[in-house]
Amino acid sequence: MLRIARLYIALVLVFLYLPIVVMAAMGFNASPLYALPFEFSTRWYQDLAGNDRLIEAGWNSIWLAVLTSVLATVFGTLAALALWRRSFRGRNLLRILLLPPIAIPWLITGTAMLVFFFWTGIGRGLHAMLIGHVALAIPYVVLVVGTGLQTMRADLEEAAMSLGSTPVHAFFRVTLPLLLPSIVGAALFAFAVSLDQFVISYFLSVPGMTTLPVEIYSAIRKGFTPEINAISTILLVASMIIILGFARFARPGGLGDSR
Amino acid sequence: MPAEAGAAGAPATTRFRPPPWLATAALLLPSYAWLTLAVLLPLGTMFAFSFLEATPLGNRPVEWTLRHYRAFHDQPYLLGVAWTSLSIGLWTTAICAVVGFATALALVRATAGRSRETLLILLLLPFWTNGLVRVFSWTMVIRGGGFLDVAARSVWPDAPSLGFLYTQPAIVLGLVHGYLPYMVLTCYIALLAIDDAVIEAAMSLGARWPTILFRILVPLAMPGLVTGAILIFVPVIGAFMEPRILGGRVGVTMGTVIEDQFTQAFNWPLGSALAFTMLAVVLGVFATFSGVLRRTAQA
Repeated sequence: MLRIARLYIALVLVFLYLPIVVMAAMGFNASPLYALPFEFSTRWYQDLAGNDRLIEAGWNSIWLAVLTSVLATVFGTLAALALWRRSFRGRNLLRILLLPPIAIPWLITGTAMLVFFFWTGIGRGLHAMLIGHVALAIPYVVLVVGTGLQTMRADLEEAAMSLGSTPVHAFFRVTLPLLLPSIVGAALFAFAVSLDQFVISYFLSVPGMTTLPVEIYSAIRKGFTPEINAISTILLVASMIIILGFARFARPGGLGDSR
Repeated sequence: MPAEAGAAGAPATTRFRPPPWLATAALLLPSYAWLTLAVLLPLGTMFAFSFLEATPLGNRPVEWTLRHYRAFHDQPYLLGVAWTSLSIGLWTTAICAVVGFATALALVRATAGRSRETLLILLLLPFWTNGLVRVFSWTMVIRGGGFLDVAARSVWPDAPSLGFLYTQPAIVLGLVHGYLPYMVLTCYIALLAIDDAVIEAAMSLGARWPTILFRILVPLAMPGLVTGAILIFVPVIGAFMEPRILGGRVGVTMGTVIEDQFTQAFNWPLGSALAFTMLAVVLGVFATFSGVLRRTAQA
């Protein structure tokens, strides 16, 4: 029974990783038509280095993810402090309001942003994507930092304040250092949310101002070459590293140690 | 709950301190102003657009109408599209439920400690990578002459092509791959909470494993199954890139029809009405199952 269960987990892992491995391998196959047998080549990665369009889209993605991460982390951490450390009327309603960006299908959120940004004259482009990505990332940051605050003792701040520290001073000297792993985890998470976001970017992009996932999508639709495998593999490895970093920082056990 | 705690009379300290409500508001303002601008106002605007006669361009006079909400009546092909979306959603959810529950069960009963932690991270990791890239990766496997065919022909050289790209099962496969981790996680959390003593008691009373599975584990893990099912069904009925890439010609779903209204047909009012119809279904699913969830939690 035990052996069957472990074999089953192994099969599920094969199902989850097989297509990814095949796709990554094809990025190192010499044939432009994905023909087999496999013949190792770095040709597609070299081509990638000369593909200005994809490189520009890649830089757009990275800058967008950095800005999204910074803004969402600052705003979301502030909101989490209010939602988990202060009591006020309407707190539950405000917590529920965090759900729409997570729970409503991105197709609906994305098209709604398109309509609204068009109507108000905000328009489309990277600035519009930034507005959208930050809104998507804020709820995740609030939830991750909020969880961190829940596992952290509130009496340490109170002790600091009773010893004459101002709230701001107590925050920077006591709360912030203890909360740092959660905040770093939330920032990485926000970065990954933005880096991998496709649907909203797709509706808000204009030619010449796109992100990597949008470029990959249009390439897949138009007919693709292993170059797309190469860039996809890079994107995949990047987000896996970021999420493993998140798992490292945001784990509650790590919080306990730093007390 | 001490609402507005001390709002009226905070004790005066030596230094100036802003009233607590002001600090709370200042902490909340950036996030909620941003969410209002980027999510709530757009949804409101789209709701208003869904009652417009046509996309407001140039100086065309604004006319209001309800006709876009009659689209399912006026364009009967949409019913077929809705059925396609629904059946894709149900198949995906059902397969994820069976496979995901079994995975979580195997994880809880057959692994422990560090290896369990590592396996859980490995199972959840793909979920946080780019969904588009993962869908694309399936085309490498299931296309005619793709990895699946090569693997089959290495065993039996004359094997007929197993490729099933551009079919409905291909769409379901891609979606299951994308959303399975949700179900693994929610079932894992639910199964972890079950006391081993309950299972041992059942076994000592002579219950066999099908009895234990269907009379104890599944009912007790029901909140996890339902949560997972909602988390999967809702985004799946709004999916549009999976049907486009894996479904090709047969991949016409509500998601792709709505996308078309915004990117190709430029009929924003119709697209808005269809999106809000879908949103109503989503909210209906949430409302129906929040009751079930609460009851299961109490039972």
